[in-house]
Amino acid sequence: MDIKEIVKEENLVYKKSMVLTDKEMHYCPGCTHGVVHKLIAEVIDEMGIQEKTIGVAPVGCAVFAYDYLHIDWQEAAHGRAPAVATGVKRLLPDKMVFSYQGDGDLAAIGTAETIHACNRGENIVMVFINNGIYGMTGGQMAPTTLKGMKASTCPFGREPQQDGNPLKITELLAQLPGTSYVTRHSCHTAAAVRKTKKALRKAFENQQQKKGTSLVEVVSTCSSGWKMTPAKANDWMVENMFPFYPLGDLKDE
Amino acid sequence: MKELKLMKGNEAIAEAAIRCGTDGYFGYPITPQSEIMETLMAQQPWNTTGMVVLQAESEVASINMVYGGAGCGKKVMTSSSSPGVSLMQEGLSYMAGCELPCVVVNVVRGGPGLGTIQPAQSDYFQSVKGGGHGDYKLITLAPASVQEMADFVELAFELAFKYRNPALILSDGVIGQMMEKVELQPQQPRMTEEELIEKYGSWATTGKTADRERNIITSVELASEEMEAFNYKLQAKYKAVEENEVRYENYMCDDAEYLLVAYGSSARICQKSVEIAREKGIKAGLLRPITLFPFPTKPIQDIAKHVKGILSVEMSAGQMVEDVKLAVNGSVSVEHFGRFGGIIPSPDEVVKALESNFIEG
Repeated sequence: MDIKEIVKEENLVYKKSMVLTDKEMHYCPGCTHGVVHKLIAEVIDEMGIQEKTIGVAPVGCAVFAYDYLHIDWQEAAHGRAPAVATGVKRLLPDKMVFSYQGDGDLAAIGTAETIHACNRGENIVMVFINNGIYGMTGGQMAPTTLKGMKASTCPFGREPQQDGNPLKITELLAQLPGTSYVTRHSCHTAAAVRKTKKALRKAFENQQQKKGTSLVEVVSTCSSGWKMTPAKANDWMVENMFPFYPLGDLKDE
Repeated sequence: MKELKLMKGNEAIAEAAIRCGTDGYFGYPITPQSEIMETLMAQQPWNTTGMVVLQAESEVASINMVYGGAGCGKKVMTSSSSPGVSLMQEGLSYMAGCELPCVVVNVVRGGPGLGTIQPAQSDYFQSVKGGGHGDYKLITLAPASVQEMADFVELAFELAFKYRNPALILSDGVIGQMMEKVELQPQQPRMTEEELIEKYGSWATTGKTADRERNIITSVELASEEMEAFNYKLQAKYKAVEENEVRYENYMCDDAEYLLVAYGSSARICQKSVEIAREKGIKAGLLRPITLFPFPTKPIQDIAKHVKGILSVEMSAGQMVEDVKLAVNGSVSVEHFGRFGGIIPSPDEVVKALESNFIEG
């Protein structure tokens, strides 16, 4: 059969969201960022909020997130995305505002901004990519690196006496009165991807309903930083990350 | 309607901010400037003009909230005092790198470290030489009265938006805390999004509509050639600021044989010093820089041609004196006199310093 006979409107089963740009992503093979970008783009598309959504990008691998989603963006300093998003949302309360941050950004250098934005109940969405490592700078220990997990700044494995403990920041944020929806997901299977998209959709809908802060954590892989193949990284995440960072809703009000 | 009031410099900043149609203020308490946010919170401008006022968890957060608001094209400001402004340097570098307009007020206290809560002018270098990382400048205004505290808020916003660069009002504990008569401008409406685009162009993140390309506020550029080109653009902007925005005031300079250069509260003291010196038969004059960046280099050069010596008077160990020296480039003797760590010099001390440096022996 000729290819032209297959590529027809009636045979269309999947289409790239118009909110995604055509720019080729810089992420490594197996990286979760690309999937989550796609899901956010689809949610924005399906909710029809492209013209009113402003993203706040982090410092980390997703520093160039603004290259991939066809919306207005602000690129924040490392860890400051929740403060920047606060400024955007307070000045433009009718717009939809989300921050997109990694674990180092949200749970180490930006811990104060994260906790206080959540505690004030800023009416924003926070997307939190937790892969337990600093990918962009070459695989250093993150606040969420597991005990015993190797990174370039704990080459023999994280040892709590020397390196401190992994931080369950999402559990901490769920305690705060300002958060209305705190949930943890993953993107390692098709079913998991669908669930993450549903959570993102709900988070954005919460913002429309002025419910306060919604935080969607996505437990993610970093094949390069973990020094594993993408498939092995998925298995490793299920075996090691999920027991410490269990999936599911932590809060839904 | 214009209104005449007796108020503190800090209160004047807050009143002027509301009246000139500021969209947002984000701050963190620190002495000696806490009255700014206290006045704003007491006025509740969100009920009248719609101005946002928010107490942040730190100066790091407040400058980044300013970043977010400024990126939306809004007139947004913050205020602090020296240790707090140190914490804002990261954000200011990013804002300069993103070409974002904002107004920052520094009511300077003595340092280094936690220092003292008493007035000082020891943040001059940090203010006019960049302050954070990278090659950038802050447009820096130095008020010398409560009236100027009020007037410079709108002026700082105008310059910040005209050049798309952060503007700093470099005050000190004297000007912030003292009470003077001040004429307040009538309430101006806040700018609409359309007015902003009309006046300054469409660059802000207000939501990407179908009729324009998306707007991105960022300072990252990994290609060195692009980054150098951007730096050239920034430097061209600062050159334009230097050519067009120098502001200063001369006091009895026409026949002066000795020149005092002083800004802010030091200039107020030096005005009296000029009078005392003249009573003693010393023909002194005062040049008061109103803009510290851009520095009044040319006006100082002009006066330098007919004076025997220049004394830079600052409440610091000698910072602005370097710019005075650069201005005259060795053509005339330049000395520094300063008290610091929270000590305010008396007019007589300044005259004595003038005499000991240039006249006696």
